[in-house]
Amino acid sequence: MRRETLIWTTLMVLGGLALLGRAATVGNGRVYIRAVTVAEVEGVQVVQYQGVPPSQRSEADVSLSWPRTIGIWISALCTLGIMSFVLGDNPLYKLMESIFVGVSAAYLMVAAFWDEIVQNLFRSLIPGLMRDSFLPGLEAGLQTDYSYLAPLLMSGMMLWRLAPKGAWIARWPLAFFIGATAGFRLVSYLEADFTQQINNTIMPLIVYAADESFDIWGSIRNVLIVSGVLLGLVYFFFSVPHRGVVGGLARGGVWLLMITFGASFGYTVMGRIALLADRLQFLFDDWLWLIDPTMQRIGM
Amino acid sequence: MYEFFKTLDRRWIFLLMLIAVGLPILRGWQFPERPSPMVQSVFDAIESLPEGSQVWMAYDYDPGSQGELHPMALAFTRHCALKKLKMYYMTLWPQGPPMIQKNVDVLRNEFPDLQYGVDYVNLGYRPGYEGPIKLAVTDLRKTIAADVDGKSLNDLPMTKGLKNIQNVDLIINVSAGYPGTKEWVLYAATPYNISSVAGCTGVQAPYLYPYVPQQLNGLLGAIKGAAEYEFLLLEAYPQLRENPEAQEALRRMGPQLLAHLVLIALIVIGNVIYFVGRRRGDV
Amino acid sequence: MKRTVPIVIAAATGFVLIVSSFIPLTEEWGSAAMQWFNILAAIAFVLGGSNLLRMNLQKISDRRLGWGYAAVTLVAFLVTLFVGLFKVGVQPTESFPTYAWAAPYNQEGSFLWWLFEYMYKPLQATMFSLLAFFIASAAFRAFRAKNPEAIALLATAFIVLMGRTYVGGLMREFLPERLEWLSFDAMTNYIMSVFNLAGMRAITIGIALGVASTSLKVLLGVDRSYLGAGDD
Repeated sequence: MRRETLIWTTLMVLGGLALLGRAATVGNGRVYIRAVTVAEVEGVQVVQYQGVPPSQRSEADVSLSWPRTIGIWISALCTLGIMSFVLGDNPLYKLMESIFVGVSAAYLMVAAFWDEIVQNLFRSLIPGLMRDSFLPGLEAGLQTDYSYLAPLLMSGMMLWRLAPKGAWIARWPLAFFIGATAGFRLVSYLEADFTQQINNTIMPLIVYAADESFDIWGSIRNVLIVSGVLLGLVYFFFSVPHRGVVGGLARGGVWLLMITFGASFGYTVMGRIALLADRLQFLFDDWLWLIDPTMQRIGM
Repeated sequence: MYEFFKTLDRRWIFLLMLIAVGLPILRGWQFPERPSPMVQSVFDAIESLPEGSQVWMAYDYDPGSQGELHPMALAFTRHCALKKLKMYYMTLWPQGPPMIQKNVDVLRNEFPDLQYGVDYVNLGYRPGYEGPIKLAVTDLRKTIAADVDGKSLNDLPMTKGLKNIQNVDLIINVSAGYPGTKEWVLYAATPYNISSVAGCTGVQAPYLYPYVPQQLNGLLGAIKGAAEYEFLLLEAYPQLRENPEAQEALRRMGPQLLAHLVLIALIVIGNVIYFVGRRRGDV
Repeated sequence: MKRTVPIVIAAATGFVLIVSSFIPLTEEWGSAAMQWFNILAAIAFVLGGSNLLRMNLQKISDRRLGWGYAAVTLVAFLVTLFVGLFKVGVQPTESFPTYAWAAPYNQEGSFLWWLFEYMYKPLQATMFSLLAFFIASAAFRAFRAKNPEAIALLATAFIVLMGRTYVGGLMREFLPERLEWLSFDAMTNYIMSVFNLAGMRAITIGIALGVASTSLKVLLGVDRSYLGAGDD
């Protein structure tokens, strides 16, 4: 066995033993639930289960939830499995990645089915059947909207892509999709990101404060914004060679963009660290019970 | 020393980052905040709304960015609940409904006086990227006919008279990318002149500044924006000080501080090695 | 027919949506197109999932390298699909207690909720958080002050990183009031709302023109790349 493998194996065995010891003594990672009766119909109670803080575990209607407790431990395993990638590609990471791809694709399918295909397509085409089954809240007397046969037909054509022959059939709904996207984006981008942005940039270069005194900082700010936008646009204007005056202005544009990208880098770092902090907080708080920032286990 | 850093295994850097983020969480380091004008404008946009105003809570994010966005989403919810505003939740992300559910749980547990269907409603997820926005601004029922429980919009007091969202008082968008703040600005806020504020990830924030303040009243950029917002909320509503869950973003600023400092140190050391190497002819 | 009809469909749909933005009488046409668009967007998820299923089945039957992981993906996919479509573990709601199928598919306590909460969520969140490690490593190895432009980028990143923490505002304690703008947090606010705003606005205007020209090319049938190269 390689020295490195031996060290990691020893560390993992020791860590596992420590975890088991902690789980046996402290009981970390346990989740408690409360059964809530939301309705009672013909003597049958409709019960839902809501998670409660472990500090309420001794209350009458609160009990330990094994599925959720196992869930917390599986969550921790998933978190550590993905994190193991920092040590290099490994089977545990690949396993977690495979599970993620499968669950993710199916979850999207399920969401699309219930939230759009049932809610809008089936509701419009077979309202009676939907009212008696999945959508009892539908208004009575809703008539079939035959215009929805068009998206139904296009959906079938789109799924034809999975068939071994006749892939061209899927081009028709795809063309509809692409055409619609082009149509609404053309208008909206020109309105909000072109004309409105120009409008936002038309601002006074000499600014006066409310008491009619000269506002030097406000003036500098506006001059910098207007000239900055112009310099940036000159840089992106490639129809004219970047030489002479244009070259000088484009160079100013490069400087401005460098400052912009520096700011973006700073914000990106901030975001990524926040995501890591969230995962570590899950491990330390929900799983290991090393910290209790939200006082979920007060008095335990 | 030069040789040590030049050949440093990157796993040491990973470990350093892990400690920089993990240690403040374990120690519970927390710092006071100084709200920036941008965050103040977001706070003011909500604070200035009269009781009963309608706010469209467009929560477009998933677990991949919940570390950045969940604290600000919950802060928006608490602020609106304290102001007794009418909240309409929806998401354009398939993974969004569980995120909205956490906000609904906060309303149920911390504000039991608020009634579902009267004070807040959960309209769930709608596929179609920007498509549902285009329909919501013209005819809401063409994209959303019922809430998440299947109740018709005509049977809920809050939505009974709501034809579209053109007349809502404010759109509050929490966004992790596409579709998100940009789409709400493009298809709702700009063409229909609807007031809106947003909270977004660090990656997105710089791209959204050109919309402020004409097309977007204000913007919370990542966890720092959320922390400043929570600080303002605690100042305005001291009763929240007793609720540790309302201070999530403030707690996260401990790891941010140490990790930022470590990153700056890494850049400086990396550059020193580079220049020393260049002088020695190694680069 | 295989290529001409799609071009006509794309042009007709696009122009209907453009016209509906200008003529209120045609607004209904635009709405109908958007309703169909949303349904097709949902079908795209079904198509994506089905494609994943087909590819993984192929990989397993061919016993290609890593077929074991393909099998894991397949099992995860089928289990999630089953519990989601059949609403396994979902309880009737207060609104419709006699309709078991009317409750939300991702209701707290259901199997799909469990898979999302305890598998999907940690897996996705951790995957994104890994970037914190790699961004640190990249900053150490690749972020070099090689030329004046790189120095500008580095200096801005330094100010923003400092300005977005508690330390960024600490300088105010030591600076006189008229020099408070020199504190990192004030400089960050200025960079973001002036330099970043100007740079991003130029980029936004450029992208808007790009989107408009690309859209026009699609609608006029000049850009046909979405039809693919083959005849079938």
